[in-house]
Amino acid sequence: MKLLFIVLLAFLPSLIIAQQQNGKAGTNNAGLTLPSGFNAIIVADNIGKARHLAVTPQGDILVKLARLKDGKGIIRLRDTNGDGIMDSQTGFGNYGGTGIAIKNGYLYASSDQEVFRYKLNDKNEVIDPESPEKIITGLINRRQHESKSVTLDNEGNIYVNVGAYSNSCQVQDRRQGSPGRDGCPILDSAGGIWQFKASKLNQSYGDGARYATGLRNVVGLDWNQQDNALFVMQHGRDQLNMFPSLYDSKKSADLPAECMYMLKKGDNAGWPYIYYDPFLKKKILSPEYGGDGKKEGSSKYIDPAAAYPAHLAPNALLFYTGNLFPGKYKNGAFIAFHGSWNRAPEPQAGFFVVFQPFKDGKPYGDWEVFADGFSGSKEATETGRAQRRPCGLAQGPDGSLYVSDDNRGTIYKIAFSAR
Amino acid sequence: MKVFLFLILFVFSSLALYSQVRKPKAPAKASAGASSSLLKLSAGRGKVVYAVNCLPCHQADGGGVPNLNPPLIQTPYVTGDKTRLITIILKGLDKDIEINGDTYSNPMPPHDFLKDQEIADVLTYIRNAFGNKAGAVTAPEVKKLRK
Repeated sequence: MKLLFIVLLAFLPSLIIAQQQNGKAGTNNAGLTLPSGFNAIIVADNIGKARHLAVTPQGDILVKLARLKDGKGIIRLRDTNGDGIMDSQTGFGNYGGTGIAIKNGYLYASSDQEVFRYKLNDKNEVIDPESPEKIITGLINRRQHESKSVTLDNEGNIYVNVGAYSNSCQVQDRRQGSPGRDGCPILDSAGGIWQFKASKLNQSYGDGARYATGLRNVVGLDWNQQDNALFVMQHGRDQLNMFPSLYDSKKSADLPAECMYMLKKGDNAGWPYIYYDPFLKKKILSPEYGGDGKKEGSSKYIDPAAAYPAHLAPNALLFYTGNLFPGKYKNGAFIAFHGSWNRAPEPQAGFFVVFQPFKDGKPYGDWEVFADGFSGSKEATETGRAQRRPCGLAQGPDGSLYVSDDNRGTIYKIAFSAR
Repeated sequence: MKVFLFLILFVFSSLALYSQVRKPKAPAKASAGASSSLLKLSAGRGKVVYAVNCLPCHQADGGGVPNLNPPLIQTPYVTGDKTRLITIILKGLDKDIEINGDTYSNPMPPHDFLKDQEIADVLTYIRNAFGNKAGAVTAPEVKKLRK
C-alpha cells in the first residue's frame, strides 16, 4: 500500500507538467510570456498548417490550412461544453490556402489563386460547405509569395494580396549580381493589392482594380475602422548581401525594415525600386537599380506608417476593437511575426506577437512584444528551429485574441482577467 | 512481498545498466587512407564556400527553412546521384520539390559562377556534414557537366 502511494507520488510532477503543457491549468500560459494580467490557453492542437483564422459571434473558429489535412482545407473548431477548449472539429473545402474572413453573413476563404465565399445561416454556420461561390479566379501563383490574404471594407469590396513571384525583380531571381528588370513587369499582375466586389462571381484581373502597387508580398492585412482605410504589412526584400561590397551579413540581416503601410487607392510603396532603411529613416534605392546603400529613391513612393526589424515576416495584422483588454489596446494593432530566416548567419528573430499602439488612427509610440515564447526556447529562436510560428490573428466575441501557428497547428486563446 | 518487488526492480535495473556499459564499441574505422584525407581537405574548403553561398538559405545546420528552402539533411537530393546534385548547382532549381512529405518552393539561382573545384568542395562538404555520409565530388565530375 505504502509502495503504491510512493509510486503515485513519483508520478505527480509529471501529471502536473502534463496539465500545464496542455495549458488548461492556466498557470504557465501555455508556455507564452504575456504582459501582467493576461493569460493564455491552447484551445486546439495539431490541426494542420493553420494560416489565418476567423471567429464567429457564436465563438466557432474557422481556420484556413495551407495544405489539406485529411482532405480538408478549412477546419471548424467548436467548444461544445463551454470550458473554453475546442472539443469538436470538422472540416470542409478541398483547397489549401491562407486567407479567411467573415463579413455580412458570408465566410470568405482563399486558395493560392482563387477566392470563394460561403453563405452563413443566422448562427453563422456555413450552410453548404460543399458548394461555395467562386468570386475571384485566375490570380497569379508562381510558387513564391503565393498566398492570397483577404480583408473586406464596409462598402462591399474585398482586398486580395497578390505577392510578387520574385525577391527584387532581378533578371535572374536571387542571383548574385543580376540587375533589376526595367519597369518591373511583375507589377502588372502581382506585387500589390487588388480590389474586387465581394458579391460578384468569377472575377479576375480585368474585373478588379489594382488598389495599390509596389508591395513585394503582404500576408497580414486588415481594414482599420477608425480610418476607414486598408493597412498592410509588407514582407521586405531578402538578401541585400548579394551585393557584398555594399552590405555585409550584419547589414543584410538588419535591412530593410518590415513595414506597415496605410494604403489609399493608387498608392505605390516602391518595391522593387526602393527599400526602407529604419536607421536612416529613408527610402533607399535598391542595389539592383543602381543604389549604393545611401542614395534615396523617388519621393513618389509612400512612406511606411511604421517600421519593424528586418526579415521577421509579419503574417497577420489585427486592429483590436474589443473591450476585454485594457484601454490602451483599443484600436491598436496586433501583428503576428512568423519569424526570420534571412538573418543567417546572424541569430534569427521574431516568432512573436507584437502590439503597436495607435492614437487617432495612426501608429503612436513604440511597438512592444505582446506574446513571446512560441518558438519554445531562445536557442530555437536563434537557430530558426521554432516549435511554433505565429501566423494568424483573430478577435473572439468576448474580446479575447486568438493566435494560430502553422508549424504544429496550435490555436492559442489570450484573455485578460486582472483589473 | 515488498522485498520481493524491490529485488525484481533491482535485478532489472542492474541488467539494464550492465547492457549499457557492455555495449560493444563500433569497429575501429579503416585507417584514414589517402582518399579519405583528401575528402576531409575538400570538405574543409567546402565549408567556407557553404558559409558564403548556401548558408543564407539552407542555414548553418543544413536544416533549410520550412516550406521555402529545402533541408540538406538525409535526402537523396544531397546524398544520392551526383549528376543531379551537380546539375542543381550549375543550373539552379526552380520547381517545387518534396522531401519527407513537405514541399519547398523558393527558387535556387544557378551557381555556375563558382569554380569547378569550389563546387566539388561544397558538394563534398554537404555530403559529409549534417549527419550525411556520401562519397566525394571531384572537379572533373563538375567540369564534365558544365557546358
